Amino acid sequence: MHRFANPARFLRLAKVILPYSSGTAVLSLCLGLWFALAASPADYQQGDSVRIMYVHVPAAWMGMFCYVAMAAFSAMALIWKHPLADLLAKATAPVGAAFTFLCLVTGSLWGKPMWGTWWAWDARLTSMLILLFLYLGYMALIDAFDDPERGHKAAAILALVGAVNVPVIKWSVDWWNTLHQPASVVKMGGPAIDSSMLIPLLLMALGFKAYWVSILILRGRAEIAAQKIRVIRMAQIHAASRGE
Amino acid sequence: MTRKQRRLYFVLLGMLALGAAVALVLTAISDSLVYFYSPTDIVSQRIPEGRRMRVGGLVEADSVKKDGKTVTFKVTDITNALNVTYAGILPDLFREGQGVVVEGRMEKDGLFHAAEVLAKHDENYMPKEVADALKKSGQWNDGKKK
Repeated sequence: MHRFANPARFLRLAKVILPYSSGTAVLSLCLGLWFALAASPADYQQGDSVRIMYVHVPAAWMGMFCYVAMAAFSAMALIWKHPLADLLAKATAPVGAAFTFLCLVTGSLWGKPMWGTWWAWDARLTSMLILLFLYLGYMALIDAFDDPERGHKAAAILALVGAVNVPVIKWSVDWWNTLHQPASVVKMGGPAIDSSMLIPLLLMALGFKAYWVSILILRGRAEIAAQKIRVIRMAQIHAASRGE
Repeated sequence: MTRKQRRLYFVLLGMLALGAAVALVLTAISDSLVYFYSPTDIVSQRIPEGRRMRVGGLVEADSVKKDGKTVTFKVTDITNALNVTYAGILPDLFREGQGVVVEGRMEKDGLFHAAEVLAKHDENYMPKEVADALKKSGQWNDGKKK
């Protein structure tokens, strides 16, 4: 792991991975959407409304996955002071926030016809909303300091503290009674979902993950470039002030 | 111990302490984190009349009666049942045997006057043909596994 903390090595690796991750994202999202919207059967109980699931559930997984990734990068940055880990944590945050938002919006659109309400303050929905606020807080905090080092450190601590929310989201439906139904896929005794619906769901999840890898590479590159520019600017300022 | 190791243990210990604290808090306030009570809770705790609350359970079979705009039905958790009356639009998934959450008040007439009825659905997803086949072969569990 420490070997990959070197920005130069990251850039070389990124160049190799990017075409594959982008290709996987496009391919599995196209295939997944075709299955989800057209080729998969309607649910016995929910009819065609079940198709919202193919966006909602992978988006929720991504919201939690990105947070875990962000917290892990933050921990690496705090403990081993890898310069790259901070940048990758920062690059992941908007992706996670966007997917969490997508999850909340699609969930609301799904909740109205099925449950009869847009929103309910049950444990699952509330903890997911807290996740969105954690992302927004992280993104605000990381840019709130003039010295990026201090911003990264403060935001990394926030990311780690907020990580306790992730298991709460996952098991909220088991610990307390909620309006939201229990887990269908990741649960004891195997998925409670027919394979004709599980396959498009997993395809969409794969597509979202591959999309994250591509975005992480693009944003990571941009962050590395921005940091280089900063270093050059600082050097120029120092040179100029010494020259006077 | 190097500084890196010290930071590693500090972060691990911090996360552990934080996790324990959150777990304790959540256990302590567990009662207010539940979204609804069961009919048994209502019966055993003698919740006073007029307090707004949510009750969840299954709509008892053959208990739904429509009278004009008003619907009366029983919400059951198999052990106990609660008589509910409601005037309004029911969600699409509402039917006998379905999980519902009703929000409203116990009134003096002994009925639970619901202001809102929400439908719950379970975690099983399958095409209609599979559901029909399961029902035919007698492997259907009717959502009564709780």
